[in-house]
Amino acid sequence: MSGTSTYVPKSALGRWFESRLPIVGLVHSSFVAYPVPRNLNYLWTFGAILSFMLVAQIVSGVILAMHYVPSSKMAFDSIEHIMRDVNYGWLIRYLHTNGASMFFFAVYMHMFRGIYYGSYKAPREVLWILGVIIYLLMMATAFMGYVLPWGSMSFAGATVITNLFTAIPLVGGGVAHWLWGGYAVGDPTLNRFFSLHYLLPFMIAGVVGLHVWALHVSGQNNPDGVEVKNVKRDTVAFTPYATIKDLFGLSLFLILYAWFVFYIPNYLLDADNSVPANPLVTPAHIVPEWYLLPFYAILRAIPNKLVGVVALAAAIVLLAFLPWLDTSPVKSAKYRPLFRFFFWVFVVCCVGLGYLGSQEVSDGTTLVARILAIGYFGFLLVVLPLLGLIEKTKPIPASIADAVLTKASVPSAPSVAS
Amino acid sequence: MSSAAIENPSRRDFLFIATGAVGAVGAASVAWPLIDQMNPDASTLALASIDVDIGAIQEGQIVTVKWRGGPVFIRHRTKKEIDEAVNTPLSDLKDPQLDSARVKKPEWLIVVGVCTHLGCVPLGHEGQYDGWKCPCHGSVYDTSGRIRQGPAPLNLAVPDYAFLSDTKVKIG
Repeated sequence: MSGTSTYVPKSALGRWFESRLPIVGLVHSSFVAYPVPRNLNYLWTFGAILSFMLVAQIVSGVILAMHYVPSSKMAFDSIEHIMRDVNYGWLIRYLHTNGASMFFFAVYMHMFRGIYYGSYKAPREVLWILGVIIYLLMMATAFMGYVLPWGSMSFAGATVITNLFTAIPLVGGGVAHWLWGGYAVGDPTLNRFFSLHYLLPFMIAGVVGLHVWALHVSGQNNPDGVEVKNVKRDTVAFTPYATIKDLFGLSLFLILYAWFVFYIPNYLLDADNSVPANPLVTPAHIVPEWYLLPFYAILRAIPNKLVGVVALAAAIVLLAFLPWLDTSPVKSAKYRPLFRFFFWVFVVCCVGLGYLGSQEVSDGTTLVARILAIGYFGFLLVVLPLLGLIEKTKPIPASIADAVLTKASVPSAPSVAS
Repeated sequence: MSSAAIENPSRRDFLFIATGAVGAVGAASVAWPLIDQMNPDASTLALASIDVDIGAIQEGQIVTVKWRGGPVFIRHRTKKEIDEAVNTPLSDLKDPQLDSARVKKPEWLIVVGVCTHLGCVPLGHEGQYDGWKCPCHGSVYDTSGRIRQGPAPLNLAVPDYAFLSDTKVKIG
């Protein structure tokens, strides 16, 4: 799909520059003339929303770093200083903390959309794996960012997550000491987390560049999951069609973001993090941020330390193998009735695990978490491989244009949840 | 490479392998300082021992002191707590260890206050064995700091310590 640009600069200066560095032509072929499938729905606007959120987090984060002090004695007070004294400090910090949650909300919509429409299937396997790498980097970045305010939940989170490495036989303890720079989470840990929290977003930006590159080689998937056959019939130009649609989707998303920032800025934060860290006391009820809760619930559901940690890691790593776990040649859930049913079961398992991860442990919650964890892994390891063999799929349209023209007779795609 | 070249290596092959080996050793020797700088530094290692006055700790009381950046529990055990710890059959334990192997004087239990599951600080006098209970994932320890229930795999660690006198103990 690349190489479609016919860009010729109008001015003499433009032609002079283009023959020396063809960057304007690159932007033109990638974001103006680039053909996008004509049947994309609003779930496809989350890519642009995520790009915006990455930039927003980097900008607000660089500003916060101008006022934040990465030391165990000063960190907590410097956050209060940002909130009370720095001009608009409260706004920039609330944009950053709520921005992390918005970023994860958008990435989950983006991932579930990818699964529903089979966007990970050939020829987009590398595109999908790059996405999983971005997701992993996002989790690492968000985790280290959460440690920086040095509240008691920051400290407990840093302790629990770094202690996951002590589950590794033989070398685990040494690895943990190496991560901490001491015998427990402390000053050296905070300092290196700040350094890495500043670095990782730029690594994310780099992998996003590869992600977009891979996307522009294979072209976008679409709600019908059939490849573009005739560029004239099946596609429209990125600008204005996708550009305007992305801007509209982004505007709706920004309303949600602004609502959190201006009306309920502390809703997603934990009150225990307003208490300074104390290495000698752990808060009575520790919970991670909401976007990590499903994995936390899987960890807690398993009574053995090593198996629990392995399951937690597997729950994330298995996503990278989706292109090969799903054996069906049909991409879109629109034409896969059984897959569509199990997809929603999978969503219920993820959301249910997230809810249980936020609750205090009891025998009842542990039992339900075990059932949902079996559902989570069952979908990836049993249902997806088997469905390709037994499922009777509906006939797929011959082309995107055909699907659009007969749209009324096809079950409609789910609308964007807000 | 043809089989003739393997049987009769040229000077070029030797230089290629030797250069590569020097490059690999050089890269590794530069990488190690970059990795090792994250390990506990000299000032952290220098804080490796503390002296604690235990004269004021009442029977039944647990005092938490800070050692190497983390908590250590010093517990002045009651007769009942000692009996519970001593009379527990080893077959009931997940990480079997005699109480006598974990204390120097029966009335004083000194353990690292870090849950062996994921590092939270357990709460004293909690749980059904009168020992500790971890607020994070519910591991329960007995009056000897041994794991009895929950996901933690090991007993609370016993640090190196020595009684300097009846009321003074050196930890580390």
